[in-house]
Order: sequence, then C-alpha cells, then structure tokens
Amino acid sequence: MTRLRPWLPLIGIGVFAIVLLGVAPAVLSMHWINNLGKYCCYAIVAVGIGLAWGRGGMLVMGQGVFFGLGAYAMAMHLSLETAGPDKIPTFMILYDPLAPLPAFWEPFRNGAFTLVVIVVAPIVVASILGFALFKRRVKGAYFAILTQALAVALATLVSSTIRETGGDTGLSGFKYFFGYVLDDDRNKLMLFFIAAGILVACLLVVWQLNRSRFGELLLATRDAEERVRFLGYDPANIKLTAFVIAAVMASIGGAMFVPIVGIITPQEIGASASILMIAGVALGGRASLFGPALGAMAIGWGQSSLASSWPGGWVYLLGLLFVVVTLFLPKGLASVVDRIRGIVPRGGAEKGVAS
Amino acid sequence: MDALIPPLLNGTAQGALLLLAALGLSLTFGQMGVINMAHGEFIMAGAFVAYLTQLVIPSSDISIPVALPLAFIVAGILGLLLEVSILQWMYRRPLDTLLVTVGVSLILQQAALQIFPAQGVPVEKPGWLDGQIDVFGYGWPSRQLFTIVLAAVCVVALAAWLKYSPFGRRIRATVQNRDLAETLGVSTRRVDRLTFFVGSGLAGVAGVAASLIGGTNSQMGAQYIIPAFLVVVAGGIGQIKGAIIAAWVVGVALAFFAQWTTGSLAQVLAFVLVVVFLQLRPQGLFTVRTRGLA
Repeated sequence: MTRLRPWLPLIGIGVFAIVLLGVAPAVLSMHWINNLGKYCCYAIVAVGIGLAWGRGGMLVMGQGVFFGLGAYAMAMHLSLETAGPDKIPTFMILYDPLAPLPAFWEPFRNGAFTLVVIVVAPIVVASILGFALFKRRVKGAYFAILTQALAVALATLVSSTIRETGGDTGLSGFKYFFGYVLDDDRNKLMLFFIAAGILVACLLVVWQLNRSRFGELLLATRDAEERVRFLGYDPANIKLTAFVIAAVMASIGGAMFVPIVGIITPQEIGASASILMIAGVALGGRASLFGPALGAMAIGWGQSSLASSWPGGWVYLLGLLFVVVTLFLPKGLASVVDRIRGIVPRGGAEKGVAS
Repeated sequence: MDALIPPLLNGTAQGALLLLAALGLSLTFGQMGVINMAHGEFIMAGAFVAYLTQLVIPSSDISIPVALPLAFIVAGILGLLLEVSILQWMYRRPLDTLLVTVGVSLILQQAALQIFPAQGVPVEKPGWLDGQIDVFGYGWPSRQLFTIVLAAVCVVALAAWLKYSPFGRRIRATVQNRDLAETLGVSTRRVDRLTFFVGSGLAGVAGVAASLIGGTNSQMGAQYIIPAFLVVVAGGIGQIKGAIIAAWVVGVALAFFAQWTTGSLAQVLAFVLVVVFLQLRPQGLFTVRTRGLA
C-alpha cells in the first residue's frame, strides 16, 4: 500500500480517462457529449489555474485573456475556412462590403499557423506580463487586480472593434473544422475526444510537474518566497514558468471551446468569465490535482443547467459559493476528501514517520 | 493650447470621480488589508440612493444634497454588515477577502438587477448643475466642477478626521501596531468596524456623483472597481496623497488617450501605463517605509 501511494494520482488519472473517454460517450446523448466537451474546455483552463494559483500562489483573475487569445485565433481561422478561399467572413461584408480583410486576419487562413499562434501567443503575452510583474515582485492582490484589469481591457477592446472581431456579437456561424463538417455527430464526437484527451494530457503534465524539482520549488516559492531566493533560486523565473504554462492551457481550452460551442464573444473572455474560471478551481480545491478540473466541470454544468431555467438564482448561488467556500473550505472540496481519508487509519510504516 | 485644455479639464473631472471611488477603497485596503471587490456595488448603492431620494423629494435641486449624507449612511451600513458578518473572520488573509467579496459583489449586483429595471434608472441633475463655467475661455460643465469640489471636500474631511479626531488617532495606532494599541485600551474591533463604515460610506458619496455623470444600473459598480483599484495600487496603498495624484494622472491620461483613439483603447493604454509605472515603483507612488523584506 505504501509503495503504491505515489502512483495513486496516476491511477486516478487513468480511471478519470476511462470514465471520460470510454464510459461517458457510451451512455450520454449527443447533446450532453457536446456539453461535456464544453466543460472539458473549462476544466483545461482550470488545471492551469490550479498550477498557477493552487501550487504557485498566484491568483490569476484574468485567465479570460489567454482563453480569449486561443479562442479568437481559432475562431478567425474557422470563420475564414467557412467563408472559403479568398473570401471574407459574412459579418465583415455586412459591416463594410468593400473594405479588404484586415491584415492580421490574413495569416489565419493557414491552419498550421493558427495552431502555432494558439500556443505561441499566450507564451509571448504571459512572458512579457509575467516578466514585468514578477521581476519587480508584484504579487498577491496587486497581481490579481492587474490580471483582472487586463481581462477588462481586452474585453472592451474586442467589443469596440466591430469590423475586426465582430464586436459584442462575437464570431460564430462556423461550418468547418480543419476540413471536417461541424454539423455532423461523428465529428462532434471527435471534437469531444480531442478536448477530453487534452484535459487528460494536462492532468498528466501537472502531475509530472508537481512531483518534479520544479514543482517543489513552485510550492516553496508560494510558501516562503524569500527563503527560495536566499537559496539561490530566482522566484520570478519559477513563477513565470507556472504562469506561462497556465496561460498556454487556458489558450488551448479557448481554442477547443470555439468549435464545440460554436461562438466566442467578449463576454466569454471578460471579467465575469474570468471570475467564473476561478470559482470552479476554488470549489474543487486549488492545490489538488483533480479539484480544479472537477470543480470547473461542476460549475460549467451548474451554469448550463441552472442559468437557463433560473438565471437569477444561479448568480446568487455562485456568489454564495464564493463566500461559503472561502469562509469554511479554503482548500475546496478536495479538503473534505482528505479529511475523510484522514479518518481511515493508514499503514503502520507511515505512522512512524508522520509523528 | 486649444487642444490641451478641454481634455485636461475633462480628465481632471474624470480623475475626481476616480478619486472618490478609490478613496474608501484605499482606506479599507490600506488600513485593514481588506481587498473589497464589492466596493463597486457600494458605489452602485449610493447611486440608487440618489434615485430613491429623488422619488421622495421630486425637486432634484434639494434631493441631491439630501442624498449625499443618506448615501454615505446606507453604503456605510452595507459595509458594516459585510465586516461584521464575513470579513472580521478573515483579517490577515487578503487574497481570501478578495474572493469572498467577489461573491458578495455578485449577490449585490443580482439583487439590484431584480429590484431595479435592467436598463437602469434616471437620476435628474439639479438645475444648479446645468450651467457652464468659463475656465480659460472654455465652457466647463458645472457638473464636473461639482465632482471636483465633492472629491476635494471628501479628501480634506477624511484627512482631517484621520489626523485630528480621537477615532482617527486610534485607527492610525491600530494600523501601526495592533497588539500595542489593544494593550493601551483601544478597542481594535470597534476601530475595524468604524474604518469599514467610513470607507464604504465614501463609496456611497462617489455613487451619488457617478449617478450625475454616467448611468445608474446594476452593472455600474463593475465599471468603477478596476480603475479604482488601479488608482489605489499606483498611488501606494493607504496613501491619500498618492491616490490624489494617481487618480488625476489616470483621469487625464484617459481623456487624452480617448481624444486620439477610441475610448476602449484608451482604457487599455491606461492599464499599460499603470503596469509600466509599477516597473519603476512596484509599491506605488508613496509607500510606508518598513524594514520588511517583501
């Protein structure tokens, strides 16, 4: 049993993968598979937040920015693919039929370029921002507020550039996804498998990072940044790495969100969307491996099932959730699991070490 | 000169409103380490008080002066309730106060949405704010001048209260050394509550000013909270003089940027400005000197 312990998370990921990729498609209707795919996208973002916030202590309140980078890059490619070669997307024609395609759209006709942007854009943006903030030791609340300010700024910027980004109505009406027809159940199933597969891969990445030297340094930086500095490491670089990884995950989550949901708007990347991403992570347990992903999926499910039937109540519930979780369960639902596990007596070998 | 004066005047007025929004925030953040994301909703509460006062007193000439102290009290009581019910359990956990108040802010926004119409309510401007005043040959709306005067009055009152009143002295004592202050007979619990009451009350006053300039609806708090925080952060936490300068600079910068580009790009540029500034002074414009490492 004791020898098995370090491998328990890996076994957990295996079980999670089997349930998500094997059982769920067999028992759920196409409608719910599509929804589950959407929750997977949120969960991918949440796994990154779990790394940056839970393990690294950086409360990223503007993860919508990176979600938006990936989502809009993907949406621009899908819009152009739908429009056809040398044509421009419909909404641009409606706005001004004679004007040409904006220059920054042109490269997105290329699928490979789009995929590269989805990964590279968040790396560039997060590196610049992270370098600027962490090197000057901006942290804690300052960091949280600045990242949220960035999300607000980006959302207003996108809202106001109607012809370039679709403005408030966003981008939608995609017909193809890299040659596959989106309005086809088999292709929708494929999209779900891609999103769920990426989620499992992200969990594996974070599991591996957590048990590496880097993971230990990240945890040490969260708990005693000065001591890490005195030991000769630069906390800025450690935090920057976690922040950039979280940003890339958010961007990939955003990129998968677009073909699965079929629309991206500034509301999905702004302040309240970013706060919703935090809510799932806080609920599940920010420092745990599975907590952020499962919490994000629960919030996603709550939003799509409650928000339509009971919109006001959903917001109250969400607000209450922030209050109750922070007051009584700062480590999220994962701490409840730990507490239950604590009641069950452990093996004798470990008891000796623990005292 | 012709291109400079109008944005300078507009920016000053915008800065005054930002300062009003940031003043209470700076007090609760600086003196108590509480990051109150619901501060924007207290501003909203103040704006709705202005509207409700107007329903009782139809003449806006009188209703606005009446609404100012009322808004202070209503927002102050909201803040007090928040402190007593939730925040007192989480001092010294600043990031958690941020999360908790995000929840409170969502609840208050939704409540306002269900009580008042979604598109917002009109607040009549008093007749004595209709006119214009000539400044350097330019017509300056007296509404803007009113915001500036109001901000100035609040700043002076707050500074004097902190400096000369017995309560202010107790607040400063508590901030400097909580344990010692307690030993000397200061009830730090009462100091905490009073600080929160005054800080939140100032948001109510800002709300009345905001209702005369922008719209009054359930979303207005979200508009003010981030710029107000940027002002607090750039000015140095808990620093009134820092907040004044930062609010003015951000307000004027927004007005100038808005003249050259669109309003939303101006916001992005203002954000960049604050981040660049924090590169130069990570602790903000003015800081309390400590021997702490971080």
